[in-house]
Amino acid sequence: MIQIQNLHFGYRRKKIFTGLNLKLEAGHIYGLLGKNGTGKSTLLKNIAGLLFPQEGTVSVLGYTPGKRQPAFLQDIFMVPEEFFLPDMPIEHLVRYHAPFYPKFNDDQFNRYITEFDIPRSNTLQKMSYGQKKKVLISLGLACNTSVLLMDEPTNGLDIMSKSQFRKVIAGSFDENKCIVISTHQVKDLESLIDRVTIIDEGRILFDQTVDAITRKLSFHISFDSDEIKQALFREPSLRGNAVVTRNTHGDESKLDLELLYKAIVLNGNAIESVFNA
Amino acid sequence: MQFRESQAIYLQIADYVCEKILLKEWKVEERIPSVRELAVQLEVNPNTVMRTYEFLQQQEIIHNQRGIGYFVSPTALKNSLTYRKNDFVEKDLPQVFRTMYLLGMDPDELKPRFEKYKKQHFA
Repeated sequence: MIQIQNLHFGYRRKKIFTGLNLKLEAGHIYGLLGKNGTGKSTLLKNIAGLLFPQEGTVSVLGYTPGKRQPAFLQDIFMVPEEFFLPDMPIEHLVRYHAPFYPKFNDDQFNRYITEFDIPRSNTLQKMSYGQKKKVLISLGLACNTSVLLMDEPTNGLDIMSKSQFRKVIAGSFDENKCIVISTHQVKDLESLIDRVTIIDEGRILFDQTVDAITRKLSFHISFDSDEIKQALFREPSLRGNAVVTRNTHGDESKLDLELLYKAIVLNGNAIESVFNA
Repeated sequence: MQFRESQAIYLQIADYVCEKILLKEWKVEERIPSVRELAVQLEVNPNTVMRTYEFLQQQEIIHNQRGIGYFVSPTALKNSLTYRKNDFVEKDLPQVFRTMYLLGMDPDELKPRFEKYKKQHFA
């Protein structure tokens, strides 16, 4: 669905990507993780056709995003981290945007904003950042595009909204869609994403399905000093050590995204060897 | 639903479904929530619920009627009991035993407490 080959991209002084390769498929919700400034947003913008590769190719749904062909634009939606919505009633926002997206579904839009507790008769002018974001997320989902990119969607959402956000995504996702969510709030999305893509220093550091991760790695609390010593990653916790080890006994544990991320950033080679074995 | 336990989410959802069946909230031959419905309710990826349902089909606890949905199998009670019992004996009981050993407790002490609990919650 999305193929990126040998992507080179940089801003005036700063190189971001020097030969990045990535393939994203339909039927997955990708969690795009990475430190600040590693290029998560830049990558999403290259996919959406908002920035152009300096070298290499980006292909989305068979199109070159940078050409911004209407057939491409009507099947992709991006919810950026920073956005501007004009001061107008929700009704007008829908009226001016929906016609560009043939698969837009008004019932769905209603359901999503209702789930988010936003009355349809409201005006954007009087809304907080979080509320506006919820309107934009609802609009993006209701457009039913094959590709949906979201940059830090849970930033600015209150506690209730994060739960509503997960419900809304779970309800709208299907095997023909590819959803990419970049985030730092790993706890918000732990149960939602089924593929983890970590980007670091301009390249893809890690890219695996959650199934593969829990088959190969075990996340648990350990009291066994030998096990703790040999762990791929360990972190003292209130009781025992939180560890990442090879999954040798076959039982699958729950993925701890935060622990996995730290393990990969701090002991990447060891983790990599588990997956290449 | 809070996923606190250390088990993979798809297995925790399997436990949840077995519990509904064992408590007879979901009855034999009744339709259970669709993959999407359960995913929304539990706020998880539909692929994860799909994996749970595939697993429970292998265990002959639920079955799929093409185009209609998933149903509680006639063998569900027996099979979910066996599945949960094995799981409990292998995974939970050793931890209970460990704590009991640590505190010098005897299994006999548990009996009256267990009776009281049953009376309070399931009478």
